[in-house]
Amino acid sequence: MSTSSTHHIPDTLVSPLAKRLKSWESLLLVVAVAIFIANCFASPYFLNAWNLSDATFNFTEKAMIAFAMALLIIAGDIDLSVASIIALASTAMGAAVQAGVGTPGLVAIGLATGLAAGAFNGVLVTRLALPSIVVTIGTMSLFRGIAYIVLGDQAYRGYPESFAFFGQGYVFWVISFEFVLFAVLAVIYGVLLHKTNFGRSVYAIGNNPTGALFSGIRVQRVRFVLFLLTGLMSGVAAICLTSRLGSTRPSIGFGWELEVVTMVVLGGVSILGGSGSIPGVVIAAFVMGMVTFGLGLLNVPGIVMSIVIGALLIGVIALPRLWSKLRWGA
Amino acid sequence: MRVINKVLGTVALAATMAAGFGATAASADETRIALVVKALGIGFFEAAAKGAEEAAAELGDTEIIYTGPTDTTAEGQIEVINSLIAQGVDAIAISANDYDALVPSLKKAMQRGITVISWDSGVAPEGRQMHLNPSSNELIGNMCVKLAADHLPDGGQVAILSASATATNQNIWIEEMKKVLPEYEGIELVATVYGDDLADKSYREAQGLMATYPDLDAIIAPTSVGIVAAAQAVADAGKAGEVNVTGLGLPSEMAGAIESGASQSFAIWNPIDLGYSATMIAHALASGEATAEPGATLPMGRMGEVTLDDEGNGAMADPFVYDAGNIDEFKSIF
Repeated sequence: MSTSSTHHIPDTLVSPLAKRLKSWESLLLVVAVAIFIANCFASPYFLNAWNLSDATFNFTEKAMIAFAMALLIIAGDIDLSVASIIALASTAMGAAVQAGVGTPGLVAIGLATGLAAGAFNGVLVTRLALPSIVVTIGTMSLFRGIAYIVLGDQAYRGYPESFAFFGQGYVFWVISFEFVLFAVLAVIYGVLLHKTNFGRSVYAIGNNPTGALFSGIRVQRVRFVLFLLTGLMSGVAAICLTSRLGSTRPSIGFGWELEVVTMVVLGGVSILGGSGSIPGVVIAAFVMGMVTFGLGLLNVPGIVMSIVIGALLIGVIALPRLWSKLRWGA
Repeated sequence: MRVINKVLGTVALAATMAAGFGATAASADETRIALVVKALGIGFFEAAAKGAEEAAAELGDTEIIYTGPTDTTAEGQIEVINSLIAQGVDAIAISANDYDALVPSLKKAMQRGITVISWDSGVAPEGRQMHLNPSSNELIGNMCVKLAADHLPDGGQVAILSASATATNQNIWIEEMKKVLPEYEGIELVATVYGDDLADKSYREAQGLMATYPDLDAIIAPTSVGIVAAAQAVADAGKAGEVNVTGLGLPSEMAGAIESGASQSFAIWNPIDLGYSATMIAHALASGEATAEPGATLPMGRMGEVTLDDEGNGAMADPFVYDAGNIDEFKSIF
């Protein structure tokens, strides 16, 4: 027994470099690069600046929501109403257009609607102590239901010319406004999660809410803020998507909540909470965008695309576990 | 920074090379026409694709790209349009999921020199060069009510089972039905419900109609998914012969309903003809043989010609009625 005390005892189980190489992000990056190269060979149209720029629109809006969703899921909650918040915010903006509101006003209304919807979710979850999945399944129907009541089978159109910039404008050459916003938000959320006390408390809550509370973290307030942020990001996505479509129908963004959650989980965020990173989500956004665009160039039917995304998700999640099992078994 | 510059340089070089490849791939004489549908896996659109292939074979040197999203969303179709723009196809012929939302991306396609037409379900005039209606909306609306009224000489209650509340063409037809309704004495429209073109939801909506209105005499479903689900619901409830399901459907999917008596008759234009005509028009516009402008006459091969109105709309033909007398002949076709 005493001989073991003479050994060098490391403070972590694996060295920092090995840890980094074996991390989820590295694995995803390898997958992303592999997909990029495969796409270059598969289609002569893939490696073209304008085409790649067009392809980013497939994921930028969803990724904006995914950043906030990642924090929420790390903290052990989830928001399934995000796509419905898009519909509600878009409907509010459309109604404002009919009343003659200009572009700055529309942006303010879109963001405010998102915040209000997020606050509504947050209050129900934190004040009434209801499970977030139940609350947001309810508000998923509620928010979109309001949009359907207001619009029915009609559409709001007539958005001002300047409003088109958010979803159709380019900042520099092929770099779209949406892509710049995506990059800026990625940095903001990366710093927020990985470099601030707020970010640490998000992990703490996700791992052990009771422990976090006894450590002096205002758990309910942090959770409420996370719902606010998710609502706000849905509002931002609503502005971009509405601008890109140039019109509002109540079915706008239908089914996006699952794509956002898929992006977050593919990015290595544990669906049970407690772990995950923003760089992972960023790479996952690129992976999903490139897969759908690459397969689209080959005119692969959409259903096959869904199968590929599903297989990718299961594969990327299952492989590391299988690998470690095999190693321990050997 | 040096590393980044190097990477950027490589990417730029690769992009230039790819542009070169792209040019060689696109320089083939073949005309590539994309037939974009609301969603894949719907019998009606599969039949339209057959018609498109028939037109391509007749034209020669024409490739049909039959594509569409998984579910009937505008966002899904925009992703498909983006990838078609990237491939530099010659023409896009689309059945739209949304009248307005596709306009910005289709405008982009036209700016890059792609011929864009819509067919079946239209796009706003600024988003396409012309729209091919399978028939005229007035005739379809009238036909749907007539099919129900023909079997109700003493009048009765009818209900409409539509696709989604935002489906462009369904809503226009419902409007037309409401317009002609006063001409049919004793026919009362009691409800309009939406099955979202999902078999299970349409089935439940039809069940709901029969439960809410026990005296219901007919269900009009102007959608190929809804009519089959409604006929199944009527047959399962043992009300075949009592509640007549009619509207727009595919002969292959409705043969059972005609046999069981859940449906006396229904109508549809021929989707094969529609895909064929859309392809013929797209080819004529893309090759510069014809120009889409108000009053113009465009060639549709064996289907004759179509004349455009002030907004660039044209009607292909009258809807056709299917019943016990002719269903066997058509059920194997589409």
